[in-house]
Parts: sequence; C-alpha cells; structure tokens
Amino acid sequence: MDQPRNRVNPSRSDVVNMVLSSLEEVLTMADGHSPGAIGEETYLIGRDAVLDSMGLVTLIVDVEQRLEEDYGVVLVLADERAMSQQHSPFRSVRSLADYICRRIEEQG
Amino acid sequence: MPEGEVVLITGTRKGIGRYLAEHFVKKGALVEGCSRAAPDWELERYTHHCLDVADEAQVRAMLSSIQQRHGRLDILINNAGIASMNHVLLTPAATVDQIMATNFRGTFLLCREAAKLMQRRRYGRIVNLSTVAVPLHLEGESIYAASKSAIVTFSQILARELADFGITCNVVAPTPIETDLIRNVPREKIEAIVNRLAIKRLGRFEDVANVIDFFVRPESDYITGQVIYLGGVC
Repeated sequence: MDQPRNRVNPSRSDVVNMVLSSLEEVLTMADGHSPGAIGEETYLIGRDAVLDSMGLVTLIVDVEQRLEEDYGVVLVLADERAMSQQHSPFRSVRSLADYICRRIEEQG
Repeated sequence: MPEGEVVLITGTRKGIGRYLAEHFVKKGALVEGCSRAAPDWELERYTHHCLDVADEAQVRAMLSSIQQRHGRLDILINNAGIASMNHVLLTPAATVDQIMATNFRGTFLLCREAAKLMQRRRYGRIVNLSTVAVPLHLEGESIYAASKSAIVTFSQILARELADFGITCNVVAPTPIETDLIRNVPREKIEAIVNRLAIKRLGRFEDVANVIDFFVRPESDYITGQVIYLGGVC
C-alpha cells in the first residue's frame, strides 16, 4: 500500500486553518461567492449554522481527505463516538478542530 | 464510454468480476480490481488489490491509492459476493455473519469510500449487484437473498443521498450464471429457477455487462435508484 506523503502531525493551528479553508470552499461552492467572516466560533450545525446538512457532509469528507493527503493522517471523523456524543464535535469550527486534534493524539 | 475513465470492480479474481474487468479494459478504461486471493491472470491497464471488502482499513487504503495514482474515480461496481445454500434450520450463525460481512458490509464500505472520491468531481456511477433470488424468494437461499435484498434497499436510499453530488446508484440483479457461485447447486434446482424466468435460459456475463454499460453511461445521469432484474423476473 502507498505510504503517507508526510508523517508530521498537524498542529492545532494547522487543523483550524484546514477546517476554515475547507469551510470557505464548501460555502463558496454552495453560494457561488466568498462567505462573510468565518472563524473558530462559526457554528456548523444548529440554528446559527452556516451550513445545511449536505454542506456539513461535504465539509467532513473534505477535511478527512485533506488530513490524509497533506499529513498522511487517516481518520473516519464520523465514527461511533462522534455520533453518540451528547455535544456533537461537529457543532462549531472550534469543537471540530479540537476533536480532530484529540483523535490524532490518540492515534499517536 | 469516455476514454480513460477509472473503474473499480470488486471480486475480480474470477467469474463476473473478471469478465467485467476485461470488458472495461477493452473499452479503454483504467481498471482497478480486488479480491481476497491474488488472480492467476494479468491485464494491461488493470491493477489488482488483495483485500477483504469487509475490512474498513483495507478498503480505505485501496481508495487512497486510487486517488493518489489517478486523482479520480468514475465508476464503482460492487460485484464481490459469497453464497451459501442451506435450509434455515441448518444454517450456522457464523455463515450469516460471513455472508452479511462480504455482501452487505463490503458493499456499504466501498460505496461510502468511493462516493467520497466521486463527490470531489461531482460525478460518479455506482452499480451494485443483487440477485433474482430476492424477488423469487428461493428456498435454501434465505441468508444470501436477504443480504442481496439489503443491497437493494441500501442502494435506493444511497441514490437519494448521493443525487446532489452528481452520483447515481443502481442495481443489476442477475439470474444464475455458470460461475463458481452456483457450482454446488444441484442441476434440478437450477432448472427449476430457470423455469420461473420469463426467458428460460441461464444468464451470461454479457447480459450483466449490457445493463452495467447502460447505468454507467454519462448520459444516464437521470437514472438512479433503479433495479434491473435479468431474465424477465419482476
């Protein structure tokens, strides 16, 4: 099997930037123009979310692919734990970034 | 089909899968295939992966490899399948687990990971294989038919969930064909099944490829969630 191209784990700020870059791409694709200000506080699900459900699916898949392609980190983000957590790790950019960092740390 | 399309076919070591691999290579596709054991044949423009389709990590690794080498995946054909003919009262639980793992879990994993690649280009064609044993309710095939019935329901819902990504998902359900899968089925049993078809003959690989060719055409972008039974079964 092919080896990951880069074995250095991303830092938290790398992960945040990756999620924001991916979010910007998904929002631009949906609206056809650049989104307004987005940051760690931006909600991904719930009443104030900037994404619809399909947008969230696209975002999660895109982040998984970027993690693998840029860092060789293979994660299925929507695993049993993520789906059963009372406070979804997908609720905001911050919680998603924290969740990804935690999962990477656990993988070692 | 457009030259250079990337096609992934599961269960290519023999039978329908091998035929389909050769068929798509002839049509100018770049074909990727897989099976648990290595095949005893080679083909230009064909790459083989040895893996168990029910193994999540192995399936992910294969799709990563396809993405890295081709940067795209256009067509997925979920052909890998195992069968076990037995009376329900004589069926071990382990057999149920094995059949569901290969036939259903394998199809699910391949669809999920393939769709992740396909959605990037907003284009994809998925064809899953079921069987006429589902509508014919064949005695002795309860577990096999149930696993293939699960594939039908899964595919129909998948078709809806993937429609916005430009990905279609359809099902072809063959009649018995002369393959290893029916090698151990008594001749009279096969004849009894053939007698229940509108067109009374065994299926051929070409019959399966013909339906798949239709489903995977770029022009078939308005065809999704459909099940085509061969031999006139409905």
